Amino acid sequence: MTDILSYGFIQNALWAGVLASIACGIIGTLVVVNRIVFISGGIAHTAYGGIGMAFFLGISPLLGAGIFAVVAAVIMALITLKDKNRSDTVIGVMWACGMAFGIILSDLTPGYGVDLMSYLFGSILAVPDSDLVYMGILDFFIIGYVLLYFRQIHAVSFDMEYATSMGVRSGLIYTVLLVMSALAVVLLIRVVGLILVIAMLTIPPYIAEKKVCSLKGMMILSSILSLVFTITGLYCAYVFNLTSGASIIAVSSVCFFIFILYEKLKEKLLS
Amino acid sequence: MSETETAVSVRNLNFSYGANEVLRDITFDIKKGEFLAVIGPNGGGKSTLLKILLGILKPQSGDIRVLGHKPGTVNRIGYVPQNVTSGGGFPITVEDVALMGRMLTRGGFTKKSDREYVRMVLEELQIGEIAKKRIDDLSGGQRQRVLMARALAGEPELIFLDEPASNVDMEGQTRIYDILAKLNEKMTIVVVSHDLTIIPKFASSVACVSTTLHKHDEAEVTDEMMQMSYGADAQCPVELVAHGHPHRVLMEHK
Repeated sequence: MTDILSYGFIQNALWAGVLASIACGIIGTLVVVNRIVFISGGIAHTAYGGIGMAFFLGISPLLGAGIFAVVAAVIMALITLKDKNRSDTVIGVMWACGMAFGIILSDLTPGYGVDLMSYLFGSILAVPDSDLVYMGILDFFIIGYVLLYFRQIHAVSFDMEYATSMGVRSGLIYTVLLVMSALAVVLLIRVVGLILVIAMLTIPPYIAEKKVCSLKGMMILSSILSLVFTITGLYCAYVFNLTSGASIIAVSSVCFFIFILYEKLKEKLLS
Repeated sequence: MSETETAVSVRNLNFSYGANEVLRDITFDIKKGEFLAVIGPNGGGKSTLLKILLGILKPQSGDIRVLGHKPGTVNRIGYVPQNVTSGGGFPITVEDVALMGRMLTRGGFTKKSDREYVRMVLEELQIGEIAKKRIDDLSGGQRQRVLMARALAGEPELIFLDEPASNVDMEGQTRIYDILAKLNEKMTIVVVSHDLTIIPKFASSVACVSTTLHKHDEAEVTDEMMQMSYGADAQCPVELVAHGHPHRVLMEHK
């Protein structure tokens, strides 16, 4: 085990895992309790357009994805706040458009042969130091926002109309929450990839929600579960020579199904 | 009427959802200490009016003051929504829901005295023993009382309730209205209800909303209100006749 840890890229992967788990635990919890899983999926896929654009313009893919994701988040927030009934349709359209736009732009990029696959399935084993810094900064902002505005975020997540009636600026809190999820999604694309980002955001909070009775507890337990899944997944990937992102999600999914089975059995035995 | 006596004042309020007119040219006042029952047909705009007073919906035009402030910026109010299922699955205890209400109205850090006050409110509503339970483990009636606790925890001067008895059995309804009657000694109460039987027992005034608003400063349902609610050839609803209240609900037959 110790010789694995001596590799620089493994150390970076572990750090990335820790930082991503913190972001996932907090944002994932808010995504699950606010029922915005679909919106997060939409943001993640719209971000793909930004990756294509970044290749085309020759800028950092993380920056391109970030810009697209934040713009998408703000648009989706405005649409959901204004017209709840058809917002899912619009999100679906943006989801598809972002994807198509990304692929077309990468097609148009001369000499294209970049590792587009790594953005679909992530490349936690190839995270450069600079990305770790970005992740650290994002975690700092997420933790800061949640600490400073916990009461408002808590109230809006539990009952938005009530929060508004009590003078909370619910629309703003909700929009910032979507922007935070957008940024978290972009960084998670690095770790587990575009396709798997939703699993990473939802599985740990889903399990945690059943086991705690406060939002804070849910955030902390989700972060811990995320970290456990990430490290276990990474280890499996190393030992069996598998794609890291996929093994992380495989570990999470197996735990998810075992957990559901366990809950169902417990219910049966108790009744 | 002076500012200090008026809890709510509404002038020329208009509201529509797109082309669908919901409220037209509504003007009325609610005095401090009133127990106002808001009645009217389904879809008549009762809940919409309540949400406008709370700042949840923005009207197209009109001037509204709640305790002297614009809606949505008022601290000393409480709100008990109709939908008790919101936040389903959310990990939160009964105690923390009520505490949320107190801290949102009062601001600042949560102190020991805040927790003690919340405890007292829960005891008063007879849900003290389920304080540590998760909200999604409760029955509809229990949740209703938790939402009442949330509204009362901030020590409001004015409380709005939307169909507070819709998820409860008859006994629970009576209990809720008895609590409201007691609260009315120290606060103004506005309750949206389709149950006319509460009016003679508890209300001090009645407003009937059906696109327009007609307010009566006594606990009586006028012919005009009956027509607004049930159409021109309104029959007396059975529940009004059957209960035999000591107080007249409907006007004398002419």
